Amino acid sequence: MRGMGEYQLEVNGDTQPVSAPDHWTLLEVLRYRLGLTGSKQGCDKGDCGACTVLVDGKPVLACLTLARASEGRAITTIEGLMPAHLRAGGTGADPLQQAFDRCGALQCGFCQPGMILSARALLDRCPQPSREDMRDALSGNLCRCTGYTQIFEAIESAVAEKLQLQPKLRSWEAQRAAKESTR
Amino acid sequence: MLRLPKFELCTPTTVAEAVALLAESPDAMIVAGGTDLVPNMKHELFTPSRVVSLAQVRELRGICRNADGSLAIGAMTSLAEVAASELVRAQAPALAQACSLVAGPQLRTMGTLGGNVLLDTRCQWYNQTYFWREALGFCMKKDGEVCHVVKGGKNCVAAASNDSAPPLMTLGATLEFASPRGRRAIAIDDFWVADGIFNKKVERDEVLVSIQVPKAPAGHRGAYGKLRDRGSIDFPLLGVAVRLDLDAQGAVEHADVVVTALAAQPKRITKLDAILRGQRPGTPEFEAAVAEAAALAHKQCKPLPNIPGDADYRRDMVPVYVKRTLLAASRGEGPVHHV
Ligand SMILES: Cc1cc2nc3c(=O)[nH]c(=O)nc-3n(C[C@H](O)[C@H](O)[C@H](O)COP(=O)(O)OP(=O)(O)OC[C@H]3O[C@@H](n4cnc5c(N)ncnc54)[C@H](O)[C@@H]3O)c2cc1C
Ligand code: SF4
Ligand code: FES
Ligand code: FES
Repeated sequence: MRGMGEYQLEVNGDTQPVSAPDHWTLLEVLRYRLGLTGSKQGCDKGDCGACTVLVDGKPVLACLTLARASEGRAITTIEGLMPAHLRAGGTGADPLQQAFDRCGALQCGFCQPGMILSARALLDRCPQPSREDMRDALSGNLCRCTGYTQIFEAIESAVAEKLQLQPKLRSWEAQRAAKESTR
Repeated sequence: MLRLPKFELCTPTTVAEAVALLAESPDAMIVAGGTDLVPNMKHELFTPSRVVSLAQVRELRGICRNADGSLAIGAMTSLAEVAASELVRAQAPALAQACSLVAGPQLRTMGTLGGNVLLDTRCQWYNQTYFWREALGFCMKKDGEVCHVVKGGKNCVAAASNDSAPPLMTLGATLEFASPRGRRAIAIDDFWVADGIFNKKVERDEVLVSIQVPKAPAGHRGAYGKLRDRGSIDFPLLGVAVRLDLDAQGAVEHADVVVTALAAQPKRITKLDAILRGQRPGTPEFEAAVAEAAALAHKQCKPLPNIPGDADYRRDMVPVYVKRTLLAASRGEGPVHHV
């Protein structure tokens, strides 16, 4: 049928058959055909980054990607991080997911899948990023709740854990330490 | 949730195939990275029955240096690649800087240089959902007859908003197109028309193949300045590209400034070369000439209330950004932006 596509998408390491109209975005196919609702539908027009997925390891916006034009590319969604970590011999969720949890880097959580994927791509190409690198890498992911500080701290915490560095004090820990030292 | 209107998607793998697919269907449109066309289709500004994706056309990707030292940038090269390319950064710094300031990282990975050159003009009455446009009353760029920006106006004045256009103009770039009639090249300076409805000289069945950037002289300096409220979301409220070519003694041999996000086409500041020529960066005379050039730009640039951002404020920022970007270029620095 014209305008209807039968094709394959490689999502989280598995090749999946897809049958969807040509005008569906990758976000719609992920959420409403493949049941992968981790990628969030926010603005649906490229502003917010909630729909961020990795295509060949790079963050892109699924809400502006035509699904069928992604044939032959490796797509990673938030659902794929833990299985990939386990396959690589790790335990539990991806260390970044654990660090976001540990550091309280979310409130409502809507931005989190996109944030974590942008952060994952950053750490894969730059294992010890500066705050400036993080700010740049996450600049296309908006968060209406946290004020970003805990998000940067979570990435720093994951880096410290991986490289076995002394983790930096978090903002509130630093404030408390300063207060205590003047007491 | 914003759904796309229905269309048939074609995914050719060669330019020849893409040209044929376009020619076959009278209302077909090309999609490159989709970061302009997809939101516009979601807003029902375009409803083509066929969309031809260039995503699989490998011959359109990449940057290379021609035998004469000029650069050939494939239309499908991503903005991120252009911004990071050592060749572009060395030979065309203003272009690399402009591409590095487009939107956020995801959009620079998806968006292409070709798509950026061919970006639709923008207006706050136009880049809205169908529901919003209908509620407000349509305008002549789409579905209606009047202009909400210039009351009683006969022409659409939606703003040229592509960050790559000003630097490509200062660099004297050429655009190469393929169509059923063969290949043609056009200088980017001659490419624009003062019509916000469609501000480019390109036919519907033409595929932009490459952007050619001539070799700049050894003393070439370039920089880009961009005013915006929010780094990753906003299109330019003002874009300023600067070119300064210095001679062997370090004095300005040629100066060029092109400003965008004012009206339907980017604007070259005239009579500016004469002010800066012969001045040596770092001297008080150069600084005075820069101030004079900035005042000249202020006189020549009159932003319209077409895009967000107060038009008077955008006008006040013209001399500020022209001055800062000229100084940055003279020092081999840039880009200039505050968010
Ligand atoms: C939130 C957001 C912020 C943005 N901010 C900016 C900004 O600050 N500055 C800026 O300049 N842009 C901005 N953009 C727009 C866009 O991301 C870029 O301009 C990008 O470079 C467009 O390229 P594309 O490949 O995605 O174009 P597409 O959307 O694929 O195409 C754009 C137009 O060009 C045509 N076209 C594309 N390639 C060809 C070709 N090879 N031959 C013939 N026709 C072609 C298409 O038919 C379409 O009409 C923003 C977009 C969003 C969503
Ligand atoms: S400038 Fe006028 S005609 Fe053009 S898009 Fe804006 S309101 Fe519509
Ligand atoms: S949902 Fe894709 S950017 Fe907001
Ligand atoms: S936690 Fe709510 S948007 Fe980020």
